[in-house]
Amino acid sequence: MDFEYSAEKLELQDSLVKYLSKNYTFDHRRSYSKEGCGYSQQVWTHLAEIGALGLTFAQKYGGLADDLEELVLPNAKSKNLGLEQSIYDPALTMYSFDSMWVLETLGKYLCLEPYLSTVVMAGATILSAGTHKQKEQLIPLISSGDLRISIAHHEPMGRYQNQEIKTKAELVSGAGQNTEWLLSGSKCVVLGANASQKLLVSAMTQKTVGVEFELSLFLLSTDAPGVSLTTYETHEGGRASDISLANVRVSEEDLIGGLSAIGHGQGALEEMIARGNAGLSAEAVGIMSTMCDLTLGYLKTRQQFGVPIGKFQALQHRMADMIILCEQAKSMAMLAAQAQGNLDFKKKIRDTSAAKAYICQSARTLGQEAIQLHGGMGVTDEMSVGHYFKRLTLITQTLGDFNHHIEIVGDYLKEQATPTN
Amino acid sequence: MDLTFSHQENQFRLEVRDFLKKNVSPHAADRVAKGLPVDPKDVLDWQKTLYAKGWGAPSWPKQYGGTGWSASEQSIFDEECAFANAPLQPPFGLKMVAPVLMAFGSAAQKDYFLPRILKGEDWWCQGYSEPGSGSDLASLKTKAQRSGDHYIVNGQKTWTTLAQHANMIFCLVRTDSGVRQQEGISFLLIDMKTPGVTVRPIIMIDGGHEINEVWFDQVRVPFANLVGEENKGWTYAKYLLGHERTGIAQIGRSKRELQNLIKLAHRLQNGSKGALIEDARIRDQIARLEIELDALEITNHRVVHAQDKHGVGPKASILKIKGAEIQQLLTELKMQMLGPYASVNLDASPQKPYMEHYPEDVHALTGVYFNYRKTTIYGGSNEIQKNIISKMMLDL
Repeated sequence: MDFEYSAEKLELQDSLVKYLSKNYTFDHRRSYSKEGCGYSQQVWTHLAEIGALGLTFAQKYGGLADDLEELVLPNAKSKNLGLEQSIYDPALTMYSFDSMWVLETLGKYLCLEPYLSTVVMAGATILSAGTHKQKEQLIPLISSGDLRISIAHHEPMGRYQNQEIKTKAELVSGAGQNTEWLLSGSKCVVLGANASQKLLVSAMTQKTVGVEFELSLFLLSTDAPGVSLTTYETHEGGRASDISLANVRVSEEDLIGGLSAIGHGQGALEEMIARGNAGLSAEAVGIMSTMCDLTLGYLKTRQQFGVPIGKFQALQHRMADMIILCEQAKSMAMLAAQAQGNLDFKKKIRDTSAAKAYICQSARTLGQEAIQLHGGMGVTDEMSVGHYFKRLTLITQTLGDFNHHIEIVGDYLKEQATPTN
Repeated sequence: MDLTFSHQENQFRLEVRDFLKKNVSPHAADRVAKGLPVDPKDVLDWQKTLYAKGWGAPSWPKQYGGTGWSASEQSIFDEECAFANAPLQPPFGLKMVAPVLMAFGSAAQKDYFLPRILKGEDWWCQGYSEPGSGSDLASLKTKAQRSGDHYIVNGQKTWTTLAQHANMIFCLVRTDSGVRQQEGISFLLIDMKTPGVTVRPIIMIDGGHEINEVWFDQVRVPFANLVGEENKGWTYAKYLLGHERTGIAQIGRSKRELQNLIKLAHRLQNGSKGALIEDARIRDQIARLEIELDALEITNHRVVHAQDKHGVGPKASILKIKGAEIQQLLTELKMQMLGPYASVNLDASPQKPYMEHYPEDVHALTGVYFNYRKTTIYGGSNEIQKNIISKMMLDL
């Protein structure tokens, strides 16, 4: 086991924290949130400049990571190895832990920028499931901050289900050299879509005429003909869109992994959602630790009955419970990060859901307690703690809520159980 | 023992229900159902309607123009009002300052102010908390100094609910700094239009404006507006806090919200798994909440019944604590039912999601969840209520 980051990474971490503490104060954040896209494009560019966006990508793609053996399409390797211990891919694991600390830090400053969707979800999906050409074209653009991608996956009334996508890609008959499809369907609550150049869209895809539709992932331009966005604000101050896709023409170049990937999309999708949940868990930990700091600060300074309210044992115990929850949540976020390198697909999904379920519960309790201990100040717009609470609450509603994830953990438990006697 | 209502009480319920059906305006009911901000016109119109019927003051004795209802009739009325989405009668005049005036006010104060409250002519707000005096209310610093036949008031109140609509405020002010904190406080009635009174909005976590700061700068208040005796304000305040807690369990409202929650669970879909209500996990969550509310309803009847005989006791704190927690759980479950849609803040957005399935009438749910964190904080936080139970019930 190793719980430390390398000196090189600590240095980068340090420069990220320095930058954010100066340029992402609570007041800055308010003004970024008011910008049309719901975050600061300038901050995004700066994140690229200090290497935060390219941290997880190989140098040959404009990133900072060593050119390790390329990430392979997880499905190709994914099988239950029959060993007692899971096998972890070192490159995937490192990718995951690196993006975890970036997100934990972004969480501490309540950053609105689309790191999760662009780097953690879309970027890693292109890296692990994309064609060579897609990697060479797109990853450098992500590293340099020139390409932002939003995930267009959820569908109205589909809640968090990953296996009932209704959006369809119908084969265009009589296509020339390039296979083409017409993409149609509805996607909902696509975070950051209004300011992303590309959308990563899940769609049931027709391989040849007459065969069943299978899930694939497409990357299409947000301004492609047939794509229309209805954009609204989110409670944490960002933007999201409902998206209508009406006969959007896409070709095999837009299909992640190309023609051979049709039918492998389900695995890639679930891997991507898992990475997203690991990322959200890390962000939640950053938020929770900040809420603990804020609450502790309040308990030490707020005077009632002639003493700081932190002198009251009833409140001391509640603060102690918050710290316990925060530490436990951090451990679970680390489990989720580790799980992303796991080559046992089912165990990876189980561990990720275990972490997210734990995060959902601890976020709820810790968040509510932080507000309560702030008293009336906690429910004002003026205090930052309320804004942390809002973002933390919405993390519990994004990419699967507690019920969704605890069901996955329970199903795995049932499947794996081998009762003796 | 019998937990059911009497025949007369059931008849009374039907009469109230019938009246509400005919008299609550659909516009006002719609706003209440959606959890939209209070429209002062709805509130004042409703007060006038109730006054015309003779029901303007459900909690007052007949001699002051009240209904003279028993506590259990009052709770039937409250519950039916909640089910009918009737506008809330602001409690600050009817339930807070009025009982103090009845018990401690001068004849002139009673004659002037009580009818105005009854007819909806005055809108009262409460000047208790200060930035440095919340749970420790007795440490309040707003000063009133004698000058001729007036007090000169200086200081600041905070968390003043709906002060932006109010024309009168009742305040706890310090009239003597040389004695024990509780013994130097007086109860003053102040006209909000007096020069030197400034109201500044406090924006809440959901972006709404329902609370304020109220500033007093050299505000002249005639002696005639002192309630009872100078420096006895703390006694009156404690008397009032007992009254504030009786309606605070909000049983009727929570029962209505539970029904809405169940409707929502029938309507929202989880892909091919069908409506959310089909999911045993979600059903259990709702059922747990429902049995909490069952328990509170009966506890409420027990406390209310005892109140008719012995007055309000510290058991009212149980109602405040559980009532607030249940209200919060209801808003939380609704927010959770929205799934990914919980993120959407329609209030702040010019464009609305166009999806035909989007439950438009529940658009405010997430904001209401955030806003309702206040219920365990206001009116004496749950921590303070537990202190009351510890001291007054348990002698700890």
